[in-house]
Amino acid sequence: MANIIISKAEDGGLTFYMPKKDLEVKVISLEFEAADKWGGELKLASGQSYYIDPMAAPSLPKSLRARRLD
Amino acid sequence: MANLSKEETQALIQEVLEVYPEKAKEDRAKHLSINDQAADTKCVTSNRKSLPGVMTIRGCAYAGSKGVVWGPIKDMIHISHGPVGCGQYSRAGRRNYYVGTTGVNSFGTMNFTSDFQEKDIVFGGDKKLSKLLSEVETLFPLHRGVSVQSECPIGLIGDDIEAVSKASSQEMGKPVIPVRCEGFRGVSQSLGHHIANDAIRDHVFEREGAAETVEPGPYDVAILGDYNIGGDAWSSRILLEEMGLRVVSQWSGDGTIAEMEHTPKVKLNLLHCYRSMNYISRHMEEKYGIPWVEYNFFGPTKVAESLRKIASYFDDSIKEGAERVIAKYQTMMDEVIAKYKPRLEGKKVMLYVGGLRPRHVIGAYEDLGMEVVGTGYEFGHNDDYERTTKDMGNATLIYDDVTGFEFEEFVKRVKPDLIGSGVKEKYIFQKMGVPFRQMHSWDYSGPYHGYDGFAIFAKDMDMTLNNPCWKNMTPPWKASAEEEQQAVA
Ligand code: SF4
Repeated sequence: MANIIISKAEDGGLTFYMPKKDLEVKVISLEFEAADKWGGELKLASGQSYYIDPMAAPSLPKSLRARRLD
Repeated sequence: MANLSKEETQALIQEVLEVYPEKAKEDRAKHLSINDQAADTKCVTSNRKSLPGVMTIRGCAYAGSKGVVWGPIKDMIHISHGPVGCGQYSRAGRRNYYVGTTGVNSFGTMNFTSDFQEKDIVFGGDKKLSKLLSEVETLFPLHRGVSVQSECPIGLIGDDIEAVSKASSQEMGKPVIPVRCEGFRGVSQSLGHHIANDAIRDHVFEREGAAETVEPGPYDVAILGDYNIGGDAWSSRILLEEMGLRVVSQWSGDGTIAEMEHTPKVKLNLLHCYRSMNYISRHMEEKYGIPWVEYNFFGPTKVAESLRKIASYFDDSIKEGAERVIAKYQTMMDEVIAKYKPRLEGKKVMLYVGGLRPRHVIGAYEDLGMEVVGTGYEFGHNDDYERTTKDMGNATLIYDDVTGFEFEEFVKRVKPDLIGSGVKEKYIFQKMGVPFRQMHSWDYSGPYHGYDGFAIFAKDMDMTLNNPCWKNMTPPWKASAEEEQQAVA
């Protein structure tokens, strides 16, 4: 599990940020984006994917715990 | 200068890499590339450990924390905890200006150190630190706090600076902030920025008894990551104030701890150096809901763009203010460009600098009709390079953590008219006969930010590039031989 921050990007999409590695990447897709169910699999522009436990849509930016999938 | 095509640039990179042993070649190849605006993701590899054996231009985590983020907080005393050299050799070199009386209520250019000796390494330096802290309190009673900046040995011998800081802080009733920025952490000064940002988050924002200073207003902004080199933050601040904003805090450039404590109450954080201050901006965004915006105050085109971008976060009165400011300086800028552009047009520049300038100054050069043909960061990360791609032309060189050898070879082949880099590179290139500007501390000049800064920037570039000394690089006796040869040929 890694600590990450998800925030809104300037172009309206989402950005994934991992403080530990100082890594900022665009989020390509997020599995669930509804108001009551948000999270799931997270695909990054760098090719990696992470998983965040689904939850009610948080206000962004938000610090979260994520699990690496690949 | 030779205008290299994409293939030629590729060949040049290959040629330069040739001298390395197999493994090193493979590693360095990932750090060098050719800019391609079309490709959006895969860029150079960055933020990796430098190769052993090459000349890197990077600094250490201590440099990032003490030198960059904490050092310019003028009313605090920053103790270089450990041996004397780290602090002394970097003392006052960055030229971050401040107002105040040095040694009385401001301490920016002074060097405080615990001056570790052998016995401190053997028996630990905690006692020395606490003695030093009480001495500081007696000698400089007007200081507003102390930060303890760890140098390498502190982490190695396992001193508990946190405990000492806490005890001393209670004793003197002022913040004493331990910063674990030992030089061996991370691959460059970049991690030092991060550690310093985290220390601000943990010890400045959360501090009990932090002063309630200013009544928050609707147009409050904070300037982050403008280090006031040669007065940069001042020439930026006047523009922001002119357009109607209230700058309540300037961080690491003529900044104070009270200004930092007040920042969680502002409406917008203005981030000039993204690399070194993005961490704390993200934190404030999440915790206090303060948006942040990156801006660029180099050259009139980018200044205007940035002023409009900043204004878009506020109401119409600020937007009008931005237009007013842009219009007001238009004639002055036209005059500057009319004067210097003819003298500089078409000249090629190669850059190799730190956190933001490899991309930020490109606009200023373009305003003068100059072209940036190569750029690179000492300690940039992936996100910096992504931001750079769109500012650079196609087929230009990108080099990350360039080595001394590579940089020289690139310059020999690309033949730029001007190089902008640090003081360690300066004399090498000047001796090679290439005009050079020191782009870390503006070569004892500045400010370069804002409209006033651009006028100085243009003058400095002209002064360097068109200096008659560059015509006298060949000694007279060799010059006549050359002429004769040409005459024969
Ligand atoms: S690497 Fe260590 S010893 Fe060297 S300057 Fe940095 S803190 Fe000092």
